[in-house]
Amino acid sequence: MRKTLSYVVIIGFSIAIAGCGGRKAVEGDVQVEAVDGTAGASSAGLDGSGGTVTSGLEGVDSAAGADGDLLGKRVVYFEYDSSLLTLEAEAIVQAHAQYLASAPGTQIILEGHADERGTREYNLALGEDRARSVANLMEAMGVSSSRVQIVSYGEERPVALGYDEAAFALNRRVEILYQ
Amino acid sequence: MNKRMNGREVTCGRAFLLLLLLLGMVNQAGAVLTIEVNKGIDAGIPIAVVPFSLEGLADVSHPPADVIESDLGLSGKFDTIPRETFLSQPSELRSVQYKDWRLIKAEALVVGKIINIGNGQLEVRFRLIDVFRERQLAGQKFIIPENRLRKVSHQISDIIYQQLTGTRGAFDTKIAYVTVEGQEPDRRFLLQIADSDGYGPKTVLQSSEPILSPAWSPDGNWMAYVSFEQKRSNIYLQNVWSGERKLISEYQGINSAPAWSPDGRSLAITLSKDGNPEIYVYNVDNESLRRMTRHTAIDTEPDWSPDGRWLVFTSGRSGAAQVYKMPSAGGTAKRISFNGQYNAGPSFSPDGKSIVMITNQGNGFRVGLYSDNDQTVRELTQTIQDESPTFAPNGEMIIYATQKGGRNVLAAVSIDGNVQQTLRFQQGSVREPAWSPFNRKL
Repeated sequence: MRKTLSYVVIIGFSIAIAGCGGRKAVEGDVQVEAVDGTAGASSAGLDGSGGTVTSGLEGVDSAAGADGDLLGKRVVYFEYDSSLLTLEAEAIVQAHAQYLASAPGTQIILEGHADERGTREYNLALGEDRARSVANLMEAMGVSSSRVQIVSYGEERPVALGYDEAAFALNRRVEILYQ
Repeated sequence: MNKRMNGREVTCGRAFLLLLLLLGMVNQAGAVLTIEVNKGIDAGIPIAVVPFSLEGLADVSHPPADVIESDLGLSGKFDTIPRETFLSQPSELRSVQYKDWRLIKAEALVVGKIINIGNGQLEVRFRLIDVFRERQLAGQKFIIPENRLRKVSHQISDIIYQQLTGTRGAFDTKIAYVTVEGQEPDRRFLLQIADSDGYGPKTVLQSSEPILSPAWSPDGNWMAYVSFEQKRSNIYLQNVWSGERKLISEYQGINSAPAWSPDGRSLAITLSKDGNPEIYVYNVDNESLRRMTRHTAIDTEPDWSPDGRWLVFTSGRSGAAQVYKMPSAGGTAKRISFNGQYNAGPSFSPDGKSIVMITNQGNGFRVGLYSDNDQTVRELTQTIQDESPTFAPNGEMIIYATQKGGRNVLAAVSIDGNVQQTLRFQQGSVREPAWSPFNRKL
């Protein structure tokens, strides 16, 4: 059973990790809403260009700002050719792991992606490696591996088009999809 | 020398125009392709291809001389002499006036005829003639249904190429590739097979999810590929003739990068079922799996040496993607690529002496050729987004995917980098090319 999961992705690693507001409205079927607080965290983008990009396979709720809420962030980003979690990504993943610990029936899919540079098959492996980095941290925090499914799309599903670092940065990602 | 170069340009331009005309005729058949010659060699063998005479029929849809001229011109090894300069139009050996051809500096001459022998059958005859020695180098007769005329023309090109260059021609072969049509969320992925010159694409698989890594079996009868149709990467085999399909790998994690062993009995594949992407060898007969690599870094994109003794693959174990080689019987992997910060997607040449890969030596992602002789990866192209290079079965050309004018296109480059072509389709974007092996049935 699935319900719409809506989210807004605010670009930018500079969003204060500290600003984690409470999580909210997580009952039964996951419905995560953004909370409050640290409004207007719309930050500089990776390349300094800033801006908000919405993304999501299930649709986008533009009204819900995910601002300081780590749990509201469903996408974590990576450096070029790397599967290592950045501090920002680590904080987001930890928040989800904590939530999962409190919601035993919940299953997630971690969908790994890569930017388009380099070969497709290597990028498929890279997407998988990134998703696994996220899964490993979750499992280290006590989330059973049976609740976490990994899938990689490599470079096949870019969210940003364009052959520049701004687009690449948005495409090097793992999406955390609640089932 | 200078004259020759001019001649070549004229010839290439003409071949291009001819091709456009030819392709214009099949516009309604679907995706149309044109080939641009970006770069040719300075001096090819000057050859005159005389339009074949017709007996008992008024016209043919694919005149062999047009196809042969285009094939030879695009190979970069020939200067096809413009027809308007021809002083005579022989169709048989006995009617050849050699001085007519010496005068326009033809070194080789192709003549032929097509005879309607009834019941929808054609007899096609051709002769390849050495103008200086005044003798026939090759000649053959084919009896075919009219719809095989284009294929027979490619076979004639193959014979001419072999006679004059000493290397087997690869015109009568196919290319498989993936075409992407439309935009998200309505993208459609088509696995297609076309003639080596891009003519007559046929769709063998359609999906709303990505298709990757088509790989021909050594006999050309099967194709392995990765399809996301179940929302994850799984490996399938498909019979090229019957369309019969078999899902062969759907382990947890990725199932990808299939590469046939030279004997066709195994596939090297990438699986992450045991924790992270590793190379395995899948036995097609008994469906057993043998794990080849064991490393916490990414290992993927395997390929076999033509003698079956080695596997090459991409690994991130040095901290960045580089190419490694290991015995296919198992053993230690050794890094072989040391030029540039990124080398990936290796594929052996048919003679096993070189390996094509994608290399980034600070100039973008380009087709690179690694040679066993000097153990160096040399850039072959000047583009920056190249992917998926594979050899033609005769080892003379490499086909790859790249970007041009914001679109995904297929391109080909000769192994010395001197001949470069872009294959441009009118619809969709094309990627993941795989050149077929020799198989005359294809």
